[in-house]
Amino acid sequence: MSAPTIDLSTRPRPNRGLLDLTVLGIELRRVLRNRRTMIFMVVFPPVMFLFISAQITGKDDVMGPGIIANVGAYVMVSMALYGAVLATTSAGASVSIERASGWSRQLRLTPLNPVAYIAMKMISALVLGAIATGVTFIVASATGHAHMAARSWVECALIILVGALVFAAFGLFMGYLLPSDNAMQFIGPVLAILSIFGGIFTGPISTDSLYGKIAEMTPIYGFSAIAHWPTTLTTSGTYGTFKFSWVVNLVVWAALFVAGAVWRFRKDTARV
Amino acid sequence: MLDVMTTSTAIELTALTKSFGSVHAVQGIDLSIGQGEVVAFLGPNGAGKTTTIDMILGLAQPSSGTVAVFGLEPGDAIAHGLVSAVMQTGGLLKDLTVKETIRYTAALFAATRPIEEVMETAGVTEIANRRVGKCSGGEQQRVRFAMALVSDPELIILDEPTTGMDVATRRAFWDSIRADAERGRTVLFATHYLEEADAYADRIVFVRHGRVVADGTPAEIKALGSGRAIRATWEGVTREELRGIPGVDTVDIRGDQLLVHAKDSDAVARFLLTSTPAHDLEVVARGIEDAFVALTGDEAEASAALPAFGDDTPDLPTTENSEVR
Repeated sequence: MSAPTIDLSTRPRPNRGLLDLTVLGIELRRVLRNRRTMIFMVVFPPVMFLFISAQITGKDDVMGPGIIANVGAYVMVSMALYGAVLATTSAGASVSIERASGWSRQLRLTPLNPVAYIAMKMISALVLGAIATGVTFIVASATGHAHMAARSWVECALIILVGALVFAAFGLFMGYLLPSDNAMQFIGPVLAILSIFGGIFTGPISTDSLYGKIAEMTPIYGFSAIAHWPTTLTTSGTYGTFKFSWVVNLVVWAALFVAGAVWRFRKDTARV
Repeated sequence: MLDVMTTSTAIELTALTKSFGSVHAVQGIDLSIGQGEVVAFLGPNGAGKTTTIDMILGLAQPSSGTVAVFGLEPGDAIAHGLVSAVMQTGGLLKDLTVKETIRYTAALFAATRPIEEVMETAGVTEIANRRVGKCSGGEQQRVRFAMALVSDPELIILDEPTTGMDVATRRAFWDSIRADAERGRTVLFATHYLEEADAYADRIVFVRHGRVVADGTPAEIKALGSGRAIRATWEGVTREELRGIPGVDTVDIRGDQLLVHAKDSDAVARFLLTSTPAHDLEVVARGIEDAFVALTGDEAEASAALPAFGDDTPDLPTTENSEVR
């Protein structure tokens, strides 16, 4: 048998950034095809918004003296945030399906760098979160049930997207931690409970009560408080109180989720 | 790193071992596979085939010993698209279509073959837009094969690729692999289907209990299965008369029919025809399954399997579907 030579220069290692558009496109189509995810991400939040805002009229729709935004805008931010958190968490948690199906093992037989893979998951989570937020914002704006200053729309949307990325890390952590059958079923109820503690379905929770003090420590609380803060803009250009503890809450939970995801991810990709 | 490699070896395993706690899955394998060879890695379940393959692919870390793929670390060989694999199960996303799956894989490599061409070779063009979850086991295996082809690798490793396929699908699958190997690709496949190894490999490496117990061409392996069987008719033959013939290993008699196994079957046949009343003589190579049992079975199993005549004896050569365990 001849001894052919192999020219490695015709077989380069892939030399591209973290983002591959083909792969990202396929990833997004996968999620968008999933009817259950789509309903919870893009149908449920705007429908809930319409349902709740329709019952808030007249004096009830006023946030406070001088405040530009109406209560409808506050509800819109809550619903958009809920949809975005659900979207990013599901996108992150989809690694559990990939682990169970052996897809992540298959990917190890390709030049794909595991870190690039995680980056891609985060980007697709971000795009999905943007879709969820966008749909709710568009429905709320088009129906006229929400109004606030132009800059508040932009500020709220940006805060929701950045904060939702924290939950992509939460999804990844759960996706690497839990077996595939349970991951999604577990995450839905957990997010619902965290949303209640975060005041998503009730409006701001006072921290005077014991319940409020507990709620203040939960992951969505800080995120929700920061995301709603731009809605407190008044006609004189001032904002409501901003508590530093909200940022501490979000940063601490972000650190915990990222650390957890990294820990499980290392365990998952270690060669045994 | 050198740009041009001059190594003619596709896979080089040196004193390779792998233990999981007290389980010694691989107990010292030395193996060298040259470029362009089509090699069957044959052994019963639990022989260490999959563990060895995982180490060749860099999915598992050897406990000791070394693995070189085209002279490189497994991870480097994969990064350069030199090696790809068709795994036994899994490795597919049910909610992607066949074409999306292949495009996804292709997007991860620097240099790839055209997707349409790869789908044609693997025979998945007709099902390109079908969801992977809706494909049959055989079709999914073709999808895995297509994924393995996109990087145009120099080496393809297949781990029991035809498990669960029916006979016709299996044959069609091997025809595609064989046709593809004609282009000079090195192929290593693990199997416990004996006929597969015999029919499709140029070389068979037998493993048992994590060790290589035999290595050679299918003909050599069959010869290692100690000789041939001789059938003949001899009215009134007795065991004692047969045992007296020089070179006979085992003896069985059914009425006037006799069956003996012998390493030097020619000498025994000559003796039977010239010095005894035996007639209608027939010499048959022992099936590869016999060789398999003799080589890899435990000694007790092997000797029990030797005098095969009548009863549950399969006609030689063995049937397509026979499987060990």
